Amino acid sequence: MQKLDYLRESPSQTAGPYVHIGCTPNFTGIDIYGGDLGTSMKTGPVQGEEITVKGTVFDGTGTPLRDAMIEIWQPDAAGLFPSANETRGTADPNFTGWGRSPGDMVTGEFTFETVKPGAVPFPDGRMQAPHITAWVVARGINIGLHTRIYFEDEDAANAADPVLARVEHQNRLPTLLARKEADGVYRFDIHLQGPNETIFFDV
Amino acid sequence: MSHPKTPTAGGFIPRDRDWQPDALTPRYKTSVRRSPQSALLSFPSTLSEETSPIFGHAMLGALDNDLILNYAQPGESAIGPRIIVHGRVLDENGRGVPGALVEFWQANAGGRYRHKKESYLAALDPNFGGCGRTITAEDGSYEFRTIYPGPYPWPNGMNDWRPAHIHFSLFGHGFAQRLITQMYFEGDPHIPLCPILSTVKSQAAVDALTALLDMNRTVPMDSRAFKFDMVLRGRRQTYFENRKEGL
Ligand SMILES: [Fe+2]
Repeated sequence: MQKLDYLRESPSQTAGPYVHIGCTPNFTGIDIYGGDLGTSMKTGPVQGEEITVKGTVFDGTGTPLRDAMIEIWQPDAAGLFPSANETRGTADPNFTGWGRSPGDMVTGEFTFETVKPGAVPFPDGRMQAPHITAWVVARGINIGLHTRIYFEDEDAANAADPVLARVEHQNRLPTLLARKEADGVYRFDIHLQGPNETIFFDV
Repeated sequence: MSHPKTPTAGGFIPRDRDWQPDALTPRYKTSVRRSPQSALLSFPSTLSEETSPIFGHAMLGALDNDLILNYAQPGESAIGPRIIVHGRVLDENGRGVPGALVEFWQANAGGRYRHKKESYLAALDPNFGGCGRTITAEDGSYEFRTIYPGPYPWPNGMNDWRPAHIHFSLFGHGFAQRLITQMYFEGDPHIPLCPILSTVKSQAAVDALTALLDMNRTVPMDSRAFKFDMVLRGRRQTYFENRKEGL
């Protein structure tokens, strides 16, 4: 019998309690690199609606995590990614699309200053609702958790979204919706466990 | 249908959840209340997962991949056994992943991290910060210089010690490839005892995270070398799938 010669993905291991030393060293007081990566998603004036997305990661007891790292990845206001793999056009040159936050030292709250993302198609051509990809790692999380931040004020687009339509328990959908707290300010709390457990993705 | 010379990149190969650690691993106590209990929602990767931020070699400083010097006072260097860690970042299809940002962090030679929440009594090394980064070359290769990290105790069981290890964070070309893992060292007697390493499900998975002494890359009278390859998810290769333009 022949053998399939694919390699296996490296096994994941927890980011541990000191992920900030490696990924946001300046935040921990290690002065290096001229600043932490992902701190700012804008390198100049950006197109579209500028928004703030903030939130807190909670464990199964309702305690905020203060040792997590949250990353987000999204297209610009026109739905184009600032990525080498983007073949549909050129994204806003002043927008990086990627943010990384260690959370607040005391409260654990993360904050991203970004733009409202444009819509992006699903592989079959249907449009997805505007969303931001989020990824959470921390001590106690063995493999990074993927989720999506959708927007509660995008009812029609959310109703037509092919990913949201796959959710078996539709009463859990609100866990994927960022709530509007003020003009341009959205809250997206992440619950690792419990009655409000966020829907996480295997994608 | 015409015959393209190279196949189209399809979506990402689904992650093998039977190979990767489970979220809930009670021997690693912190996972108990930080593990999602509902099933993950599966769907084919989309542009959101098949694209990834761009990191250019230009952002790197000359000492970013040298932990012996990147936090040291001029003329000084970090204390500990000098080592080179090198290898390749590959995808599941066996191809090198060029341009991948690799970030790493570790304890000093005494097993102490430079962090205000760190409580281990081992001494800080004033010349050791404990973090570095690099970007893979065209063939997916990377290397950096550091000191051999010390094992350290941690609050879990009454007497749990981490094997010597280096933490890694990796970006590929799609956000679905995002990965954090840890590298261990061949021959470390703490490897079979570790509740964190034990979250992986097989000896093969432990071996995949264990770096080998590489005498061929060792610099005589200077630094030993360890080889550590890492594998990111691959994309399906296909001639037959009709994906819309740009997908
Ligand atoms: Fe560690």
